[in-house]
Amino acid sequence: MELDFSRQLHYVWALLPEIVLCCFGMLVLVAGVSGRHRPGRSGEPSAAPSFGAISELGWLALVGLLIAGFFNGWLYSVTEVGSASLVAVDDFRLFANWIFLIAAALSILISFSYVYRQRLQAGEFYGLILLSTAGMMFMAGARDLVVMFLGLEVMSISVYALTAFNRRDRRSAEAGLKYFLLGAFATGFLLYGIALVYGATGSTNIGAIGEAISGGSATGGMLALGIGLMVVGFAFKVSAVPFHMWTPDVYEGAPAPVTAFMSVAVKAAAFIALVRVFLVGFDGAYETWYPLFWWLAAITMVTANLIALVQSNVKRMLAYSSIAHAGYLLVALTAANSVAVAGILFYLLVYTVMNVGAFAIVISVAHQGEERLQIEDYAGFGWSQPMLGVFLTIFLLSLAGFPGTGGFMGKIYLLQGAADAELWVLMTILVLTTLASYWYYLRVAWFMWMKDPVRADQHGLVISPLPMRAALFASVAVIIYLGLFPGAMLDFAQASVQGLGALGGSLLGMAP
Amino acid sequence: MSVLLDSIGYSGWILHALIWLPILAVGLVLWGSEASAKHIAFWSSMVIFILSLGLWWAFELGWGGMQMESSVPWIPAWGVNYSLGVDGISLFMVLLTTFTTSLAILGSFNYIKKRERAFYALMLLLEAGVVGVFVATDLFLFYVFFELTLVPMYFIVGIWGGERRIYAAIKFFLFTAFGSLLMLVGVLYLFYQAKTLLGFPTFAYSDLLQVPLTGEEQLWLFAAFALAFSVKVPLFPLHTWLPDAHVEAPTPGSVVLAAVLLKMGTYGFLRFLLPLFPLAAQHPTVVATMMILAVIGIIYTAWVAAVQPDAKKLVAYTSVAHMGFVVLGVFALTVNGLQGGLVVMISHGISTGALFLLLGMMYERRHTREIAAFGGISRVAPILATAFMITALASIGVPGTSGFVGEFLALLGAFETHPTLTIIAATGVIFAAYYMLPMVQKVFFNKLDKPENVEIQDLNGREIAIMAPLCALMLIIGWFPTPILERMEPSVRDVLARVEAAAPAAPTAQASDLDGTVTIATKTDDEDADSPAVVED
Repeated sequence: MELDFSRQLHYVWALLPEIVLCCFGMLVLVAGVSGRHRPGRSGEPSAAPSFGAISELGWLALVGLLIAGFFNGWLYSVTEVGSASLVAVDDFRLFANWIFLIAAALSILISFSYVYRQRLQAGEFYGLILLSTAGMMFMAGARDLVVMFLGLEVMSISVYALTAFNRRDRRSAEAGLKYFLLGAFATGFLLYGIALVYGATGSTNIGAIGEAISGGSATGGMLALGIGLMVVGFAFKVSAVPFHMWTPDVYEGAPAPVTAFMSVAVKAAAFIALVRVFLVGFDGAYETWYPLFWWLAAITMVTANLIALVQSNVKRMLAYSSIAHAGYLLVALTAANSVAVAGILFYLLVYTVMNVGAFAIVISVAHQGEERLQIEDYAGFGWSQPMLGVFLTIFLLSLAGFPGTGGFMGKIYLLQGAADAELWVLMTILVLTTLASYWYYLRVAWFMWMKDPVRADQHGLVISPLPMRAALFASVAVIIYLGLFPGAMLDFAQASVQGLGALGGSLLGMAP
Repeated sequence: MSVLLDSIGYSGWILHALIWLPILAVGLVLWGSEASAKHIAFWSSMVIFILSLGLWWAFELGWGGMQMESSVPWIPAWGVNYSLGVDGISLFMVLLTTFTTSLAILGSFNYIKKRERAFYALMLLLEAGVVGVFVATDLFLFYVFFELTLVPMYFIVGIWGGERRIYAAIKFFLFTAFGSLLMLVGVLYLFYQAKTLLGFPTFAYSDLLQVPLTGEEQLWLFAAFALAFSVKVPLFPLHTWLPDAHVEAPTPGSVVLAAVLLKMGTYGFLRFLLPLFPLAAQHPTVVATMMILAVIGIIYTAWVAAVQPDAKKLVAYTSVAHMGFVVLGVFALTVNGLQGGLVVMISHGISTGALFLLLGMMYERRHTREIAAFGGISRVAPILATAFMITALASIGVPGTSGFVGEFLALLGAFETHPTLTIIAATGVIFAAYYMLPMVQKVFFNKLDKPENVEIQDLNGREIAIMAPLCALMLIIGWFPTPILERMEPSVRDVLARVEAAAPAAPTAQASDLDGTVTIATKTDDEDADSPAVVED
């Protein structure tokens, strides 16, 4: 099928995955307050709906993701004709969509029991996840800064609500407020940056901005300031140091499945948007933003890995670990060549799978709640729950970037991109901070396998229901597969990058 | 024999089998019951060892390059191949690995009492990783295996080790990972240069040899690679993880650690450092630094070993000293030095592995490793004492044992180029007697004055079956080293030829053909390095 964006109707076809997700988001929302899913149906207003009722809503949301995935696959067969549009239909966007869909699906699968036991409103919970996923997709597909901003806001507001979702838990509410206030502040920076860039280049279209900058018609000072402010706004979203202050508190306070979701999907969306805006739009101004990202990457990797060393709360440790991973990805962004961008795609995919997997086991150990998150609670865990123990070990080794796992291949890919840009110092910082990360990842492994449980029945209440197990098996399979046979996925990521600059007139791959 | 091997296409599949059969055995061990784990593990490791023995005959003499090569594209986008091969350097390392792993597994039958399935699965996984390190001819594949060996060892030390096992495990892990991560940057730099200069992405060893690197690049890369391998060896002052890991590790862990894991470091010197960065490897400062560190390691650890009250710690320190001889021999950059280094690697693998096994057997009987707790037990356990004596003598390097051949050749090779340092290093052999023999005397001779020691049982059948082949090998290599030397010599000469070909001194060597006296007069001490070997050729 050919899409011609001069006809308004064709936007519907181009946005089918997003539209499906929005529809299903609202459908789940409505279903959650009607029929047997409604809380208090049995007469007592406080009575929670049954586990079965909650999982029905969860499966409904998964069906929505599946249909969106189907249309996402269908979009590979369409071609664009005519002039540039607001929405991109390129392989880059579609690859990013796969990451968001997988992140959302895994997060939903691991949350069934949690939502039930914490008595959360399932309809709203799953509805918000779908809506934020749709927002991420808008960000990935945006070829215009305004569309991108809209997507960012849809995503952010849904995630703010999700963070504060457990209203019976003070930490959750606190995290939600903190995230909202700081997030709104950062959004202001981003918006001001967009305005200045518009002022400097006369357009909000990323392709047109690129042409204006490389054509030399953009005004220097205003453009640089705009780019700087946008870097700040994005750095907040990807939680790069020094804009990371919210991350540990929010990740620790938010309900664990939400933390899993936002640590991978929000970060992925922000990075995808960063790639398109900076590598396509601001490609000509590489000299301006390159040092910013260089320093952000270096400081993020060092700070996050050092602070993570002393964390005793596993959820908080994973929060710092996710900041550190943002640092690794920023290295590739600094490199700004096609290998590095393909590396970012590959790494985001692997990171999504392994981080959600690790969080799934954290949720299990925490009795599907927020109770047992200290590292001591993992003592002897491996021997009493061998399967979950082995899985968590694999996730941790993959996060640490150990050979045989997808995390290793991802890290090598990022490093290759950096090598092509000859960023030797940054690469050295990356591997040395990785060494630090071995300590805190392996610390969990040593508590799990090398210490005896404090009490004999310590791990008796660990729950991992069927959907969670399915998610875990799938995650481990993907990690091992990508660790042993990454070839096909590497080619796919590489191919997905090719069309990125097609309409932007970008110099992608030729940056120094 | 070779006809039989040819008829089953032995050289086509054996290297793959040596990597994948242990992994298959891991599956069998995990699938079987807890009680049968050790038997499954032992017999599968025996099968693997017997299969690997064929390498001795299938290996073609007189050819220094890679043999039994096979290659499958693994990650085409990065030019990574799953390619394997052996040469005279790796052949013995592979045999040593399969040999000591099966003996280590047999030696852990009584020692490992809990979580046996997991233990034997990790031992076999370790075997697969180590064999992979020695047969990989693709730098990426090598790195993957090199790192992969860390994980099983980390768990073996950390789960089945002694009191301070977690400290020792994490220290071991972080020290070795520190080196190998910096090597990763070096590997990627090499890859980037290969891609730029050769025009296609490749990690293949044979391709990387063709990458023209400047002297400065070579020094940097040499530093990155040497750090990784030196931690593994371990070279003074990076050795501090070793005593901890050895003391805390369970007996089979110590055996494999000493016998093969340390060899990955010196193997890396021979396989990668010298051929890939020949200019840096013969840079006078580099050579001097490495040799001085090796000599310090030999002398210093010998003194430290002499005052250890714990027999296992004593043996752990001797490892550092022995590996110092290897480094000394390697950086002599002479045929004798390299061959001597290789023989010390083999000999140290056998004798130190045997010492750890014997100490483990003694620990099972007395639950202590304090030297002072024993005394006069040769009277109650004569076979144990005999085995220990042979092993200790081989470890010291008494003529007629494997240790002598290796250390003599290494010192001989080093003497050709660095006589002063070699003389100092040679005193290390005396110190070896100084720390080893009093220990033997205190443990096995003296008075049998402690009632607990009277009860000590002599070696049983299983333990004799472990020690007999080890002691036999020490003596056989000691008396008949030629079959080993002739297999490694062509490969060693290839490495040296590669180093010499890149030598800035090469024009001088040509000039010496015309007028020897002038060149000799202008040569510095370090450039003298190659001349005796050249003349002998």
